[in-house]
Amino acid sequence: MSGTPKIRIRGLTKSFGEKKVLDGIDLDVEAGTSYVIIGGSGSGKSVLLRCILGLIVPDEGSIEIDGEDLLTTTSARRAALVARIGMLFQNGALFDSMSVADNIGFGLRAKLRDGAGHKLSRAEARERSGDILKQVGLDPSVGLLSPSELSGGMQKRVGLARAIAGTPEILFFDEPTTGLDPIMGAVIDGLIVDCVKRLGSTAIAITHDMASARRIGDQAAMLYHGKLVWKGLASNLMNSGDPMVDQFTHGRREGPIKMELRR
Amino acid sequence: MNFLLDPVAALGRATLALVRHAGALTLFALLGLSHLVRPPFYWRVFVASLIDIAYYSLPVVALTAVFSGGVIALQSYTGFAQYHVQSAIAGIVVLAVVRELGPVLAGLMVAGRVGAAMSAEIGTMRVTDQIDALYTLSTDPMKYLVAPRLLAGTMALPFLVAIADILGVLGGFAVSTTKLGFEPGAYIIATFNAVKPLDVTVGLVKAAVFGFLIALLGCYHGYTSRGGAEGVGAATTSAVVSASILLLAFDYLITDLFFAQ
Ligand SMILES: Nc1ncnc2c1ncn2[C@@H]1O[C@H](COP(=O)(O)OP(=O)(O)OP(=O)(O)O)[C@@H](O)[C@H]1O
Ligand SMILES: [Mg+2]
Repeated sequence: MSGTPKIRIRGLTKSFGEKKVLDGIDLDVEAGTSYVIIGGSGSGKSVLLRCILGLIVPDEGSIEIDGEDLLTTTSARRAALVARIGMLFQNGALFDSMSVADNIGFGLRAKLRDGAGHKLSRAEARERSGDILKQVGLDPSVGLLSPSELSGGMQKRVGLARAIAGTPEILFFDEPTTGLDPIMGAVIDGLIVDCVKRLGSTAIAITHDMASARRIGDQAAMLYHGKLVWKGLASNLMNSGDPMVDQFTHGRREGPIKMELRR
Repeated sequence: MNFLLDPVAALGRATLALVRHAGALTLFALLGLSHLVRPPFYWRVFVASLIDIAYYSLPVVALTAVFSGGVIALQSYTGFAQYHVQSAIAGIVVLAVVRELGPVLAGLMVAGRVGAAMSAEIGTMRVTDQIDALYTLSTDPMKYLVAPRLLAGTMALPFLVAIADILGVLGGFAVSTTKLGFEPGAYIIATFNAVKPLDVTVGLVKAAVFGFLIALLGCYHGYTSRGGAEGVGAATTSAVVSASILLLAFDYLITDLFFAQ
């Protein structure tokens, strides 16, 4: 791999009160690759993505996208950089005041501009949302429903559709398969791999699901006690040789990671 | 003994919380207002909240106004009978309604209806990450959710209060002419003689301020809510209670400003 990584993080630190959630994270994500981050519940995986998105301001460190530091640049530049990222939230975060089609249309209109720099018209966005629904394996008629009428799996798919609608260069997935049945999980993973390939995007995915991690990821890292304690190929997750990763991926009770009372 | 002091302690806590919130609330208001003067402006959200506040609050505001105008006529008739000044009733009704009851009662009704709904909607969006999702979709949530609602609240309330004024006076008129034996023509003339343009204007200014406060507190408590459904419930209660209290405080301040010489 050559040149600057798409995303480059150095010394990222974030505490909430006394609790140090991120403690000096270094991470390079090369353009066009998928990075999987695993780690226990509450280890700060979502916080890491939120820092990159600018939803949480870190205490220290740098976050670069294409070599430009998000934290020191102007707010207009930061907005422009963050606009390149599409995010699938852990719970979908669909706008429940809008129909499914309008949710996806919102994603389209937020990011896409025609030749003259204008937003798509509402009608055109609605029209195109049908195609995007098909890409995530849903019938365009689903567009007429409201998010509350969908099952969890369908909500995930619509969330995915909204995230990819603007064909972002960078995609974040926060636990895309949690709470889904194994087949639906595999389907969503397939969709993610598909989208990343088709868009040529760079992706970071958070997951607890080892099967999913190996399907989605090229690279992988494990977050523990605020640090990335292991980095390697996603295909090596099950036989990493690292006792902590081994314990986690095989779900053993005994090992270097001790259950502790959460603060 | 404790149960006697509990309400006092609660009042103290509420006051402290209000002071603590005052700074954050002021910043929030300024930020929201600053988005009104910087494009883009989300017209659809604005029109939707304007319709929601102005149109859907009409029935409750109208009923409140009619009954309170009527009851003022009745109360002042019985109260003033001993002084033989029943002729002043038309003036009392119109001034009470236009200066105080119209804006305050409409404001309190809208605070209960709209302030609660706004904080519940925005609070739910907060705890389900929809506000964060807006941000990741290149849409400033303050600009998209808050600024249009502030403007809609400020514009809707004067409209509602103008209607409340008319209906309140009509309520007084109906009671006075059908039940208290007033002559309709004389009552109308007395009404117009008693009310000055300033009374109406100040009432509408109050309404605009109240509308802004209701929308502001609804948005603020929703936007800053934390901790799931319970947090949203608490935010809703805070929005209604704090809007009602602030509304009455500003009512006093504005009255003092215009009428206290
Ligand atoms: N806004 C916040 N304020 C205070 N603490 C926070 C905030 N956001 C996250 N935390 C804390 O940071 C820690 C990490 O949270 P995070 O959501 O990143 O966990 P996670 O690794 O995504 O877990 P899960 O796999 O369960 O989603 C938690 O202990 C949480 O309580
Ligand atoms: Mg998480």
